[in-house]
Amino acid sequence: MRSEAQGIAGLGLKLAATAGLLFLHLPIVLIFVYAFTTEEKSFQFPPPGYTVHWFATAWFDRPDIWPPFYLSLEVAAVATLLALIFGTLAAAALSRSRFFGRESVSLLFVLPIALPGIITGISLRSAFEIMGLDFSFWTIVLGHATFCIVVVYNNALARFRRSSKSMVEASMDLGADSFQTFRHVVLPQIASALLAGGMLAFALSFDEVIVTTFTAGQQATLPIWMLNELIRPRQRPVTNVVAVFVVAVTFLPILAAYYLTREGAETAGGGK
Amino acid sequence: MTALAARGRFTPLSDFFFRRPGTLTALLLAAPLAWIVIVYIGSLMALLLQSFYSLDDFSGLVVHKFTLSTYAQLGERANIDIIVRTVVMAGAVTLTDAVIAFPIAYFAARYARGTGKALFYLAVMLPLWSSYLVKVYAWKLILAKEGILTWFAIHTHTTWLLNAILGLPTIGGPSLSFSFIGTYLVFVYVWLPYMILPTQAALERVPKSYIEASADLGAHPRQAFRTVILPLALPGIAAGSIFTFSLTLGDYIIPQIVGNSRFFIGQAVYTLQGTAGNIPLAAAFTVVPMVIMGFYLAGAKRLGAFDAL
Repeated sequence: MRSEAQGIAGLGLKLAATAGLLFLHLPIVLIFVYAFTTEEKSFQFPPPGYTVHWFATAWFDRPDIWPPFYLSLEVAAVATLLALIFGTLAAAALSRSRFFGRESVSLLFVLPIALPGIITGISLRSAFEIMGLDFSFWTIVLGHATFCIVVVYNNALARFRRSSKSMVEASMDLGADSFQTFRHVVLPQIASALLAGGMLAFALSFDEVIVTTFTAGQQATLPIWMLNELIRPRQRPVTNVVAVFVVAVTFLPILAAYYLTREGAETAGGGK
Repeated sequence: MTALAARGRFTPLSDFFFRRPGTLTALLLAAPLAWIVIVYIGSLMALLLQSFYSLDDFSGLVVHKFTLSTYAQLGERANIDIIVRTVVMAGAVTLTDAVIAFPIAYFAARYARGTGKALFYLAVMLPLWSSYLVKVYAWKLILAKEGILTWFAIHTHTTWLLNAILGLPTIGGPSLSFSFIGTYLVFVYVWLPYMILPTQAALERVPKSYIEASADLGAHPRQAFRTVILPLALPGIAAGSIFTFSLTLGDYIIPQIVGNSRFFIGQAVYTLQGTAGNIPLAAAFTVVPMVIMGFYLAGAKRLGAFDAL
């Protein structure tokens, strides 16, 4: 108790927390180590030697990496855009009024992440089959946008709740109509939350594999390319190079999203 | 007059919405709601419908006629095994995550301050949002027979322990990356951040005055922890467990990459709808996690998990 009153953690707690954080981070470090190994066939540890050869190989000799990479970028961009529009609209509607069935509607928006991804995936696939829809770029986007909406929705809703009503009222009192108020008062308040939500949605879509395996058909996004490499490896270190690259690409938007919303941990518990 | 000049072109419309706020709400909600209902709920219904069809064993074609025989098939021994195996795994993973997450969340909520707190938060957020496949792949490297864990066991002279663990019936295997223990470790790892964040959020909301009051009333720190802090943190843990449980129930990639050949629900669904072409049974299988999650969500709601999300 004494130590707690002084704000100093007990040794046991410190050890458990440190061990937990190490558990979270060491495996990712290992991905980096193996990107430099000279051993191509197995995951021998410690690596027999170190080389930067695989970075050159991935860049020059593996043209199969690029089309999935571009497809992932395009899908993520379009899905994020759709999610931004729908997520913001939904958050605006649900934050500004209380009506019968409001709880159920908000549950609907969270459902795509509350239920396992495989359910979303196989449902969409059977719907496409029933409608006679062929797999295309848009079938992938359809799936991704559905679970990206909730990310933007969560971020926007948290910000709407925090921003004060009095600013809007003041603006109306000063003679602005609701469109002017939206443009000059509301939008600046929610802009950073939307940007953060958008970035998280982008990272989520860029990385998604479970739903995508059902909605992509023969197309390969970068995660699907990676999944194939995990099941049937060709040059294992090249997979590591791509993994390092993916970590780097998703790291920046996550960091940016954090700084944009840090005043109130809006992304906390938002989940994927 | 000047006031009128400042009025925008859309002012009449704005006035209309001001007088009828319900109309505006409905308009705002229409597009996103339509998307979710048509794309998502519509697809779910399409899937549910399929589960009432059956597969003709001889032709291998789906018979579009209402029947409950597919659900009866779900009750066969092998399928029940898959369901039980998955639920046990999801439960074990959830419990383990709660135990590992709690000290991290507790430390972050009660002791970390300023920069330290920001770093703590980022340290949880980054693994949460970084690539799922990369994380699974990392564990393939760790658990491989020639990998770091074996190396560690050799250097700490604990190879006997590793072999003893691998020798365990059912959960052991030729190497950790081909055993249920391996699958379990990867699940625990991948979903851990989902447990930490809601737990931490719930702990942050425990007022300091409660703990002081319990101390003033003579409670031992342990007592205060057990009777004040833990019950107040429970909604957060329940919220986190929704994710860890649900995600484990539906995952088919982790057991495919790290694990043995015995199926989990996700793999069964994937194989049935893919190579086997038995969409009705696949659909019936997906109803299982849906029903389980329905009960789970209802239970979590009673614990106040939704307020902690």
